[in-house]
Amino acid sequence: MAADSCSWFPALAVGVSLLKCFFISAYRSTDFEVHRNWLAITHSLPVSRWYYENTSEWTLDYPPLFAWFELGLSQVARRFDANMLQVENLNYASPATVLFQRLSVIVTDVVFIYAARECCRCVREPKGSRDVLSRPSFVLAVLLLWNFGLLVVDHIHFQYNGFLFGFLLLSVAKHLQSQHLQGALLFAFLLNLKHIYLYVAPAYGVYLLRSYCFAQDNKDGSVRWSSFSPLRLLALGAIVTSVCALSFGPFIAMVRGREFFFCSGAAPSGSAPSVYRVIKNTHHDVEELPPASMTGGLVQEFEHSVLPSVTPAVTLVCTLLSILPAVASIWLRPHGAQGFLRCLLLCALGCFMFGWHVHEKAILIAILPLSILAVESREDAGIFLILTTTGHYSLFPLLFTPAELPIKVVLMLMFTIFSFTALRKLHSAQGSLLHPLEVIYLLGLVAVAIACEVVFPLSPWQQRLPFLPLLVTSVYCAMGVCYAFLRLYASLLLRREEKPKQL
Amino acid sequence: MQTWSLVSICVLLAIIARWGVSLNSYSGAGKPPMFGDYEAQRHWQEVTYNLPIQEWYFNTTNNDLNYWGLDYPPLTAYHSWICAYIAKTINPEWVELHKSRGYESTQHKLFMRMTVLVADLLIYIPAVVLYCLYLTDGSSKKKVSIMFCFLLYPGLILIDYGHFQYNGVSLGFALWGILALGLGWDVLGSMAFSLALNYKQMELYHALPFFCYLLGKCIKTGLIGRGLFLLVRIGVTVLATFALCWLPFLAEPSQAMQVVRRIFPVARGLFEDKVANTWCSLNTLIKIKSILSGDSQLYLSLACTLLAVLPSCIRLLTKPTFWHFKLALVSVFGIQHWAVFKPTGLKCNEICYACPFLVFVCSMLPLFLKDGLLVPYIVTSLGFLFFSIYLLSALDHCSEDKLRLGAYNKLFYCLFIPWGNHFLHFYISIAAMVGLSIATAVLIPPPHLPDLFPVLVSTTAFLHFLGTFIHFNVVQFSEPPSRKSQKKSN
Repeated sequence: MAADSCSWFPALAVGVSLLKCFFISAYRSTDFEVHRNWLAITHSLPVSRWYYENTSEWTLDYPPLFAWFELGLSQVARRFDANMLQVENLNYASPATVLFQRLSVIVTDVVFIYAARECCRCVREPKGSRDVLSRPSFVLAVLLLWNFGLLVVDHIHFQYNGFLFGFLLLSVAKHLQSQHLQGALLFAFLLNLKHIYLYVAPAYGVYLLRSYCFAQDNKDGSVRWSSFSPLRLLALGAIVTSVCALSFGPFIAMVRGREFFFCSGAAPSGSAPSVYRVIKNTHHDVEELPPASMTGGLVQEFEHSVLPSVTPAVTLVCTLLSILPAVASIWLRPHGAQGFLRCLLLCALGCFMFGWHVHEKAILIAILPLSILAVESREDAGIFLILTTTGHYSLFPLLFTPAELPIKVVLMLMFTIFSFTALRKLHSAQGSLLHPLEVIYLLGLVAVAIACEVVFPLSPWQQRLPFLPLLVTSVYCAMGVCYAFLRLYASLLLRREEKPKQL
Repeated sequence: MQTWSLVSICVLLAIIARWGVSLNSYSGAGKPPMFGDYEAQRHWQEVTYNLPIQEWYFNTTNNDLNYWGLDYPPLTAYHSWICAYIAKTINPEWVELHKSRGYESTQHKLFMRMTVLVADLLIYIPAVVLYCLYLTDGSSKKKVSIMFCFLLYPGLILIDYGHFQYNGVSLGFALWGILALGLGWDVLGSMAFSLALNYKQMELYHALPFFCYLLGKCIKTGLIGRGLFLLVRIGVTVLATFALCWLPFLAEPSQAMQVVRRIFPVARGLFEDKVANTWCSLNTLIKIKSILSGDSQLYLSLACTLLAVLPSCIRLLTKPTFWHFKLALVSVFGIQHWAVFKPTGLKCNEICYACPFLVFVCSMLPLFLKDGLLVPYIVTSLGFLFFSIYLLSALDHCSEDKLRLGAYNKLFYCLFIPWGNHFLHFYISIAAMVGLSIATAVLIPPPHLPDLFPVLVSTTAFLHFLGTFIHFNVVQFSEPPSRKSQKKSN
């Protein structure tokens, strides 16, 4: 990397951190109270009570390592406002509490910033001196650090995704740099922080088994069974076991039944543009539903009255079927770390589209790693633009307050303008990024946005069908996500074979 | 990347910064009975919408001038009327005569903040963009960097979107005026500046440089012939603009006089609150307010102001170039703290000049603390400081030659050293600002000196203003730099 790369990266990081500070006073979702409650639980109660405490409706439902993380945060929280650490202080939100929680998200994003730096290091720079703004590493840094979805979900809605995605991206970067044990360790940590990353565990499992445990391939790329290295397998096993032991140690008997939503079950609440949203929409046409059933926030049971209900088992089967070809592909014909990344994306998207109780925020698990591919390949850049624009737009319903409307529109515009112009400049030599039909689809998104945000609230249907804009947004975005899913599959399965790697 | 996309992204970032600040509190929030500037603006909407134009500036049963009576020129009143018209269609309670006093709600705040943003988008921001793209030197990246720093200036953002005012409108018009003069469109420029004057009387501080520059230009072109023709055209434009703005008040002389009395409240005294100017600072040593009578204070202030700006204006009359015009604009601002965020980002292309701009913001910290704007103050100031240093030092070097000290260096080094060793003093200034900010925000002053920190802040800021004032006067009297792209507008 050129000598002055050291200067623009910190500037981007500082800039986005200051930008995040502007949202300290913005709208906060119930997730704010969720995390305050977890701070209180981990600080005030003994470890044995953490997963049983239910004074608040927002019970602890992340893996134990996250609970330890909250415990660590609570030590700092004490100095801001000790009252937030009382479990009984439900919905406590003093200015000091808000400031602390917001700052904690901004500060823990340093993990994400470091991970973005590592990812930028993995990107190939084309030869010849280039204007900083046109370098792939610069474009990737902006796409990651200034990602619209992360800004909106973490710093307005309120979550710690930046911190968590830091681990994911760092793990991916390590794999791209062929440091597989470190990558595995980081992923093990990540799984113990938030179990949603199980979505991409199949990609990790199959890749590490196939490409790391089997040290060599045959000339035609198929697996050489004789090159199996038990030592490597043991090393991986040891890493996973020790991380889980660290995290679950005190909890072995306690966590059962709380972690996975399959039991508590519900229809996919929220507006995630999944396959089931398409089914639901059809259902809604047949029968009008009581208003507060879908996006109530709290998990509820829901049954379709006309179409067959979707059960957890069905979603599991659909999900596994959707990711099977990808996983099989990297087993049979591995394409190195790049192939692993593609498989990871497909697992993420497959689970997003067919999974049970999927939040719209889960689209970020696909968008962020795809940025790495987008700056290197024209085809991936095209897929990225579609997925990112529809995925980010599908996050709009998360911020429904009028005061945040200018923020989400302006941030979205900023990110969209940058991603389109920068990627187009990067791949300008290889032709246009988007097919005309794709452009028309994306322009249609603008029409949907105007209709949902401006026209609909002023129209007479606002009372009768309050969830119509939500559904229209989800269905329209679902089409884009499905399309990106299929194109990514095509790029993985139809890719020309690379030379079998020696690891 | 293409310039248009960079410009769009910078403008969008500027909008985010503004809207982010506007999510915070405003002046007088929840503080009856008088509230603050926010309530003043809302009250003007109430008055202009409900009362006939002849009563706007008069004390009547329906219009109590003691409760935020209108004290800006007519253009502000018309702007308030337009906002009130829209407010009425959304929620009539917001501007109901008498009953809406002290009205506060989330929706109303959203509406008021939106009016500021719309005004900025229509007037101020386009002026900044065009000014930076057409009238600054350097590569397109440098122009965009200057524009970005310009738009990020904390003073304007915090006052307009935090405290609550519409300075963007008057500054925007003034900037359109400067832009037009820079492009050689003198008549349009004078019209734009007249509009600025008719929006906020504080623009009078910049009226002298405008006047001297245009007059000097006419004289230089030849008072017999083209120069005279230009002078007449400018004069007619200015008079026509004023006439149009004041039309409803020209029917009776008493109307116009009352408006003048309202917008120039000379009865208020030499200075108000803790302002970073000569008089407030001097008052710490000599209690001027108690020595001189009200009238004497007024004449003293007028005389000193004129004397202070005289050298600069005379220079401008004799050498009416755009370069000298810009310098004169900067020189005259050290008089009242509001006018300081004049877009003298004219000189923003030298990072050292970021320092006085930040000092001005720091001088307003006591006000921001009162309004609950500490966090936005810190964030915007850090952002401005960081990006001015990062972007502009990467693209330009602050050389002594550019600072135009040269021969004057030795003479002035001993007297006041602001720019002698500029980087050291830049950092000392920043350190002083940070120290004073922390002290003002965190420490409790001793009981016998309750205003210790605001006065310290004002005095420090004043010293910086004085240094800047002298510096720019020095620069103005030296030769302009011989740059190839120097624009000559005559």
